[in-house]
Parts: sequence; C-alpha cells; structure tokens
Amino acid sequence: MELSTEIHLGIGNAGHLLVIISFVTSLIASFAYAKASLKNEIGKDPWVSFGRNFFIAHGLAVIATVVILFAIIYNNYFEYHYAWSHSSVNLAVHYMIACFWEGQEGSFLIWTLWNALLGFVLIYTNKKWEAPVMTVFALVQAFLTSMILGVVIGDLKIGSSPFILLRDVVNDPIFLINPNYVPEDGTGLNPLLQNYWMVIHPPMTFLGFACTLVPFSFCIAGLWRKDFKDWIRPALPWTIFGGVILGTAIVMGGYWAYETLNFGGYWNWDPVENAVYVPWLVLIASMHTMIVFKKSETALKTSIVLVISTFILILYATFLVRSGILGDTSVHSFTDLGLSGQLLLYLLFFLIGSVFLAARVWKLIPTSDQEASTYSREFWIFIGALTLCLMAFQVLVPTSFPVFNSIVELFGGYSSLAPPANQIEFYSKWQLWFAIGIAFLSGTGQFFFWKKMDKDKLKSVIAIPVLVSLVLSAIIFSLTKVYNWIYIIILVAGVYSVVSNSKILIDLFRSKSYKLTGGSIAHIGIAMMLIGIMYSEGYSRIVSKNTTTISRDFTEEQNQNMVVLFLNDPKPMAGYQILYKSEGMNAVGIPGYVKKSYLTDTQDPHYKVLKQQLIVEEEVYGERGDTLYFRTPENTYHEVEFTSLKNGRAFTIFPRTQVNDQMGQTIVSPDIKKQWNRDLYTYVALQADFEEEFTEWSEKEIIKLDSIGQRFFVNDYVAEYQGLERIPSVNFVDLGPNDAAVQARIQVFAERGQSYLIEPKFIIKDGNVGRPMELNQEIASRLTLEDIDPDTGSVQLGVQTTQKDWIIIQAIEKPQINILWIGTIVMIIGFIVATRRRYVEFVKMRDKGMA
Amino acid sequence: MKKSSIIGLVVIAIAVAVIISTSGNASSYVTFDEAKTMAVNGRTNSIHVVGELKKNSFGQIVGLTPSSDRLSVEFTLVDDNLKEQVVFLNQPMPTDLLKSEKVVVIGGYKNDRFIADKVLLKCPSKYEETTL
Repeated sequence: MELSTEIHLGIGNAGHLLVIISFVTSLIASFAYAKASLKNEIGKDPWVSFGRNFFIAHGLAVIATVVILFAIIYNNYFEYHYAWSHSSVNLAVHYMIACFWEGQEGSFLIWTLWNALLGFVLIYTNKKWEAPVMTVFALVQAFLTSMILGVVIGDLKIGSSPFILLRDVVNDPIFLINPNYVPEDGTGLNPLLQNYWMVIHPPMTFLGFACTLVPFSFCIAGLWRKDFKDWIRPALPWTIFGGVILGTAIVMGGYWAYETLNFGGYWNWDPVENAVYVPWLVLIASMHTMIVFKKSETALKTSIVLVISTFILILYATFLVRSGILGDTSVHSFTDLGLSGQLLLYLLFFLIGSVFLAARVWKLIPTSDQEASTYSREFWIFIGALTLCLMAFQVLVPTSFPVFNSIVELFGGYSSLAPPANQIEFYSKWQLWFAIGIAFLSGTGQFFFWKKMDKDKLKSVIAIPVLVSLVLSAIIFSLTKVYNWIYIIILVAGVYSVVSNSKILIDLFRSKSYKLTGGSIAHIGIAMMLIGIMYSEGYSRIVSKNTTTISRDFTEEQNQNMVVLFLNDPKPMAGYQILYKSEGMNAVGIPGYVKKSYLTDTQDPHYKVLKQQLIVEEEVYGERGDTLYFRTPENTYHEVEFTSLKNGRAFTIFPRTQVNDQMGQTIVSPDIKKQWNRDLYTYVALQADFEEEFTEWSEKEIIKLDSIGQRFFVNDYVAEYQGLERIPSVNFVDLGPNDAAVQARIQVFAERGQSYLIEPKFIIKDGNVGRPMELNQEIASRLTLEDIDPDTGSVQLGVQTTQKDWIIIQAIEKPQINILWIGTIVMIIGFIVATRRRYVEFVKMRDKGMA
Repeated sequence: MKKSSIIGLVVIAIAVAVIISTSGNASSYVTFDEAKTMAVNGRTNSIHVVGELKKNSFGQIVGLTPSSDRLSVEFTLVDDNLKEQVVFLNQPMPTDLLKSEKVVVIGGYKNDRFIADKVLLKCPSKYEETTL
C-alpha cells in the first residue's frame, strides 16, 4: 500500500474558516438589516448598505466553501472524512457531483448556496423590501451554516463540519503509526445512488426548499412592518416558481424510485416523500389564496397562515429526515449526525417567532366583512385551498407517528404506533377523493375566475363542458373497459377538468391573452396526471401469472404472481415468449454485458480476468488472460428476451441485481420496456445462487480422459478435453519453489453456438494436494481435476451437476403511464407561464414605485 | 347558519374522520403472543412482529425451508419474548434473509399459521463510516 506522507491540511482549514466566516457574516448581516428595517431605511442608507455588504460577503464565502468541498472530492483527498466516506477513485466524474450532496453536510451546503443566490436576486430586484426580507434571509442562513459549523465549545458541539479529517473521526491504530496516512480509496458513493437522478434531483429539491423562504420572508416582513398587503405582489411569483420547482422535484423523485427501486410504482408514501409532498400541497394552497387576494382583497389572513405553514412544514420535513427520528420507517435516511437538537431549535425558533409576530398584529390585519358569494371565484378557490390543506393534513398525521411516539416517551409513556401495514392502499383511498374534489373545483373555478357569475350564467357556460366531458368519459371508459365506479368518477372528474380548462384556454387564445394561460394549462396538466395515475395504478396488472406449476404452497393468489425462468428455456407469458438468456456484468469499454462465466475474480473486485476470448457482435474485445475493468462490480444484469407471440417482434430487457454492501442489502431494480400505451415493468425477485446451501448437487461422477480431443458429456452438454498444462501461478494461492499447479482444459459446447472453457486445477502446495472446484453457471456444473496419471497422461475429472441456472421474475403492466408524465410536463409549462406573468406584474408595479 | 360556519363544520368533520381512520388503520409492533390473542379476539389488523431467525448452537440458521419451486418460503422466527413461530411467506425468499440480523414480519395469524404479507430485513452493513 502506498503511503502518502503529504496531507492537504490547508484546503480543509480554509474551508472550515469560510464556514465560520459565512456564519458570522450572516449574523452581522441579519443584525444590520434588522436595524435598517427599524429605521425604515432603503437603498444607500448606512445600515442597509452595511447589511448588504455583509450578506454579499456571506454569499461569497458560501460559494467558496462549495468550491473547496468539491475540490476535495474531485481531487480524491481521502484524508478528509467527507471525501473518503462519499467518494472513491472508481467513480465516474459526473457522480462526483452527486457525492457532494450524498452526506448531510453537503446537502445543507447546497441548500445554503441556493438561499444565498436567491438572496442576491432579491437584493438586486427589490429595494423597498430589502431590509426586512433580508433580515429573515440572513437569519435562516445563520441557522443553516451553523449545521456545518463544526465548532466545539466545552461539551457543546455545534454543527458537523464537512472538512473534518479522517484521522479525527476514525479510531484506527494506523494513525498512531503514521498520522499522515491517507487511504488509497474512499468507500464510495452508495451504488444505489449512482444514477443520473442523484445528480439532478437533490439540488432541484433544495432549490424548491429555498424558494419557500422568499414568500415566508416577505410575509414576515409585512407583519413586522405592519404593511399587510403589499408583500403579496413581490412574493407571488416566487411562490409559483417554488411550486413548479418543488413539484418537479417530487415527480422526479417518484420517477427515480420507479426506475430503480422495485416496490412496483412511482410513489410509496414513504415518510420522506410525504415530508415534501405535504408542504408542496400547502404551498399550492397559499398560491391560490394569494391570487385571490390580488384580485379581490380577501383571504389575506388565510394567505399569511398558509405561507408561514409552508415554510414551517419544510423545516419540519428537514427535522423528520435528518434527526434520525424516522428510524427504520423510511428508505431514505441520512446518517444521524447528532444534530437533532439544533434542527429542533431551527424549527421552533421560526415556528414560535412567526406565530408571535402574526399574533401581535392579528387584529390589525384587514378582513372583508362581507361573506363571499357562492357564485364568486373567491369562494371556490377558497374551497379548493381548503381541500388541498385537508389533503396535506391526512398525509401529515400518519407520517408524524414516530414524532408522536417520541413525544409520548418523553413524558414517560409508551407508544408503538406503526405506519398502516398497507400504506399505499391507506393513503390512496383518502387522497383519491380529495383529488376528485380538486379536479371538479379546478374545472369549475376557472369559469368563475374569468367572468362575473350568477346562477343562470353559470348554467349556460358550464352546460357545454359538462356535456362534452360526460360524452368523452363515456367513450373512454367503454373503450378502455373502466368499470370500477370510483375510477369512473376519477375519469369523469379528470376529463371534466381537462375539457373545461381547455375551453378557457381556447377563449384566452382567441382573445390573444397568451400571458394569462398559465392557470388553465397547469390545471390541464394536473388533471392529466390524475387520469394517468388512475390508469397506471388502478389498472396496474401483474402479467407474470404462473399457470404451469401447481404446488402445495400455492394457497393464495400472490403465489402465482411470479414466474421461474430456467436459462435458455423459453416460457409463454402474457402474449410473449420469454427467454432468460444470460447473466452479465458491465465492463468499461465493452458494449453490452460480459457473462460471469467468462470471468475469474482477482483480489480487486473492480478487475476480473477473461477465461476465454471475448467476442461481441463478431468483434474480438479481449483474449484469454486479459484483465477487464468494472466500474460497478456490484451490479449484475439479467438478459431476458421477450418475443411477441402475435408478430414475432422481440425486445430484450436487462433487470438489475445489486449487491449493495454499503446498505447491507441486495437491491433489485426493474428494467422498463416503454410502449406508447403502457410500460412493461420487469424485475428479478430472486436469482439462483450456486454457492448457497439449498442448491442440491448430484453425486460426483468420475470421468476418465485418456486422449486429447476426447469427447464426453457434462450435464447433457458435449464437452471436449483439450489437454493439460502447467501454470505458473494460481489466484489467491502463493506457490513456493517446491509447489506446482496444473490445469485441464475442457471446452463445453452450449446453446446457440456458444462454448465455455472450464479449467479445473490440481495444486500441490507444501506437500498437500488441492483440487479446487471450477463452477460454471451456464452449464450448471462444477468440475474438479481428481487425479493425473503421470505415466499415461490420462486424467480423472470429477463432475457434479445441478438444476439449470434460474431466475424468478415478476412483470407488471402499467397502462397509460405516459399520460402522467405528459401531464407533468404540461403542468410545468403552465406554472412557468404563470410565474412569468406574476413577475412581469411585479416589475411593472415596482417601476411605478408601488412595491 | 352562516356559510362559513357550515364550511368550518365540514372541515372539522373531515379532519376528525381522518384522525379516526388513521388510528383505526395504524399498525403496531407486538409479540407473537399478543398477535395470537388479537387474532383469537377477531382483530384481523396486520401487525408488525420483530424477531430473529432461529439458530442452533453453532449459529446456523435452522427451520428455514424454501418450497421446492422456490416461489415461497417458510422460516422460524424468534420474537423478543423468545417465542418461536413458523412464518409462511408467499413470495420467493428475500435475497438477504439468511444474513439478516433482524427480521420484521408484517402480517397476521390465519388458522394458527402466521402468514406474512411483507418481510422487512435489517442486515448488518459491511460499511461503517467510523472504521477503516
């Protein structure tokens, strides 16, 4: 092992110092901005300038910290704990970016960075609100940077620094011998996270988190200044922008889970998914009440409550995910860094602070005395916002069980509430009714939005959309055979929302009011998502029905939902002939996958030696004895070919099995065949393991081979003896001068013209004889070289065979899932149009000196 | 009655319904004995039982048999009160079952058999952030 004597202390010290600087500057900026707010200063007044300079210094320090941490990861400085525990030399460069936020510290840092950048934008765009808004901003930044401060005062540890040295964390005797010891390699990014979504999903989520700070800060600023109305205009575009970013991040996370984890869907109601879904719903509710306020000066108090709730719920989500309180209830969890106290303080400070500020002035906030009429848009949007809040509440309650259990225990009680055993069913049965309500409201609300309504007018505008959507739904549900009455209601609601919003959209296009189309486009998107979810989840169908085997254990339906596939033994299923063809690994520089039986292990799992010539598509990619490099040796891919029984067209999928040592689990991932009207989702539930105890091997058969070229049978395959050779070295064995090793060369001819070399060895070491078994998965045999007759040159081969290699697969059909993804994109477009409109509005008013 | 009061009442009613439904659907962590009592009393809620696979004095796992077609598996679980119970799982053996240190079975008793709908495993991670 190479010992590096140089460790890069400077860069880490600089990083740590920058974190401290950013913490201190944010406190100073907050103080200065607070002073400025109290004096009502703006522009170039002394306290504002002072605060601004310090906030800019803070932002620059944060940017520099990010650069330094990335440099440490990128340059493989494994003397740093963060690089060592999150990166490794075998990592592709784009995953080095993902390493950055794999750990808690890095993810706090990216969140801090987004906040700082948004702060810069606000300073640049909004002078009137700068002082009070940035007071809140800088205060939040102080809390965030304190999480990565890494300062110890007495027994009190504040924050966990990403710049801590490995030797300060790990107690290993090697550091006593050589304090400058640097490991050659890191432990790497969790292989499960080595996925392009890991590069894009976390920063998107944290940008969403950061966006919720903007309306919150404006709201607090409004309460503080007793300027209860004007904060809404500059805050609204940010609320909408936050809505689209967070919404996109949520769907992205769902898509990632769908592709990578095998719980069979895109949404699992995992506590961490819920923790972000809940604030998003409340954010969307606040967005609607803010729009109502802008139109009619009502719903101000509701807006204030919802804007504050959104931000507090983000902090609550952060607390849930990072304090370790979720324990084993979630697939996502950060290592507990002992920050629970600090996280709780962060949550409570802003909760109590904002409740206090709001309560102080609550009576002064203007309200409209008049009740909203049933025929007013305010009324319907208000009902919509309420529905969203109830939706959030329903998810929040069970997600908070671990918190509830902890609180009960804190007071000496005992509580062992566990999440509902069937979470998906439990949440879905509630959420779908709320979603139906939302779809009807979003369809109808739009008519109120654009016109003054009364009973008769409503009847006349609504008649055509209702009729069209009923007819359309009837056609759709008879064509797609939707007979479940709940699904019919979902379909009608969804179609109604699409139709009525499309009508509004067409009207807007006719009047050339393109800028105003955001709302109707977003609502069409949401309704499409609802329809897509109904089909893909409600009519999700297991197509790998087991009809051929019947055994005593097949008592329940679930039993028959998986199919055993033997290697090279086709089986009919769901209109396809399915064939398990091979099991392979992904080697760098070689197209497709290399069969495991072609490879011998070396000491380093990333390097394997070819047992025979490697030919891919008639091109030679390697000779016997060549070493291949595997970036991710923990991944195995199963080649499964589907041939349509109707038209003979075939496609191949490669579901993955990953032996994930970091998580101590084997993770199976599906491979998804996308078709226009459905996804075919297939994963390998279990694969044969020839090494395990349940594999039954035949009695050893001894075959005597006398001459080179002699043919014989191994497990019903033709095999040929090609001679004996002396080998200078054997893997994993040290041969001394008096030791010797020989190997017999056996070629076995298998299906589709393929052949395998099996070379059992006979080793003499220190006077003892070793006969290691040579296993070949494709032939389902293991061979030993039992004896060699030096006089005649004949050898005795021991052959044991077992059942052919097999995998158990499950295939699920997800109809019309593309409607969900297309709906998502439509929704995003709508949000962007709306954000733009509200931002332009704000800029116009600001330039008139109104905001 | 004012419209806002009606809306308020409806909202409260839904919120209460949510809470009742949540507590009714909540599962809980119990032992096999408690699970059996629940089943005898006719409560068919799915429950969580935490335990370990039964091992002999050599530390080998005993009482675990995959079905002949490998599509289901039976194993013996010892709960925190050291009560042994044969658990039937209607799915292929979870890949890491043999090396798990803790097993959570979610399911319930049906005709004296413990049928698991789902099995969660806690496996020793080879990877520790605090050792080289």
